[in-house]
Amino acid sequence: MSDELYQEALLKLAKEAPRKGRLEPNDASVRLDNPLCGDRVRIDLRLEGERITDLAHEVRGCVLCQAAGGIIALRAIGFDRAGVARLCEDVDRVLAGGTPELEELAAFRPVVPHKSRHDCVRLPFQALRQAAKA
Amino acid sequence: MRIRDQFPLLVSDPGLHYLDSGASSQIPASVLDTVHLFETTQRANVHRGVYRLAEAATAAYEGARDEIARFFSAARDEIVLTSGTTAAINLVAHSFGNGLAAGDEIVISELEHHSNIVPWQMLRDRRGLVLKVLPVTEDGRIDLSALDRVLTKRTRLVALAHCSNVTGAVVDLARVVAAAKSCGAAVLVDGAQRVPHGPLDIPALGVDFYAFSGHKMYAPHGIGVLWGGAERLQAMPPFLGGGDMIRRVTLETTEYAPPPARFEAGTPNISGAIGLGAACRWMTGLDWPAIAQEELRLTGRLLDGLARVSGVRVLGPLGLQQRIGVVSFAMGDTHPHDVAQILDRHGVACRGGHHCAQPLMDRFDLMGTTRATIAPYTEAADIDALLVGLDEARRVLG
Repeated sequence: MSDELYQEALLKLAKEAPRKGRLEPNDASVRLDNPLCGDRVRIDLRLEGERITDLAHEVRGCVLCQAAGGIIALRAIGFDRAGVARLCEDVDRVLAGGTPELEELAAFRPVVPHKSRHDCVRLPFQALRQAAKA
Repeated sequence: MRIRDQFPLLVSDPGLHYLDSGASSQIPASVLDTVHLFETTQRANVHRGVYRLAEAATAAYEGARDEIARFFSAARDEIVLTSGTTAAINLVAHSFGNGLAAGDEIVISELEHHSNIVPWQMLRDRRGLVLKVLPVTEDGRIDLSALDRVLTKRTRLVALAHCSNVTGAVVDLARVVAAAKSCGAAVLVDGAQRVPHGPLDIPALGVDFYAFSGHKMYAPHGIGVLWGGAERLQAMPPFLGGGDMIRRVTLETTEYAPPPARFEAGTPNISGAIGLGAACRWMTGLDWPAIAQEELRLTGRLLDGLARVSGVRVLGPLGLQQRIGVVSFAMGDTHPHDVAQILDRHGVACRGGHHCAQPLMDRFDLMGTTRATIAPYTEAADIDALLVGLDEARRVLG
């Protein structure tokens, strides 16, 4: 049901996400667009080797896309490439109806039946993956 | 009988408030019946077989072309059947476009659907052309005061939407045609959003090409029309090669068929064309002055309602002059997908996004809008459900 989508946890992730905006200077910056809906995401990373030491996210998109940016902001610092890859696989797992390892990703469970919205969730993680070259 | 009652999908789902006809209209029973009858009693390929079934199929297909031509006051040979507006515009971009030379200019506008932008960018890159753009006014109309500045003696084509698929604004085609003809340019019109709103005398518009889709005018998907003046089409080379568009083929060369067959390579969408003919017949039977009045009344109801929703900004004319019932709006910073998702809870089917008009979204610095389209089967209850849904969207997402 559509009304289940916009639960408190999801809205909170979207609204209260830390690290919104740009990070200058940065070591990697990726902007991705969703051609279907016009969502636009930018992820800036500071890296030590392949480890993320700081990040910022700029999301011009829907609540789902913003919440995904929020989870990245909360959890991705300290990840290396393998950690980013695991996070993205965890996103795929929850969207496939499975149980995520990362508790916050459970906020996306109501998105599972709404296939047209899956890319809204994935876009920030795809940008993260590209920026981290994971 | 309510017009809504002629649409099986709407009858089967009384709680559905379908306001996305700008993307795809619903189909009346008479059109479905015609397509079903063809597929169950006359289905065969056209222009080929000599058996009775094939002759019946050809007669039905060409009869549909006659009905389409009659509805648009055109000659049958001026009706090129395509898969839709996009295919029709691409046909012109290739066939007419290949006669253009480096430095020639094509003029579009800032509010065009991607289908009336991308083919011209591709042609520009193939032929070394110059693509010029008419700006859009604050109320979402093509700024025709820029015509004198933008059109030059090198302008070969002006390609504009008759009605914007985002703002609902109707362009003053007479003014466009006069300006284009004064510098010898042809005019192509994207009529996809205009044709669902009543009969139209296309030749009387004075344009050179008019493109539209069946699926927005109560016909099946995958069928559309390129109307071109007979002389214009006669002078154009084919776009796609294959069966049905030839007179004689040898291993060395091919003699092409005259229009419209020249532009209809391969087995066509036969049942789609028959459906489009039936849709024209269905539209012919409607009281369009009364429908036009009702569509405007509902458009006014929607615009008034939106004016009462805090934070809503309508992208397009706020009045009812020179506009159709396509109404787009933004609700603060709320993404239109989130709005549309909550509207769905109320049974309201609305489009949210950039509507394949990203340059227009850039012009207004928007990521997208929510769009409601009014059709002959739209009723006040549909508009009211939308407004109730918006209240909830504001409450949840606010």
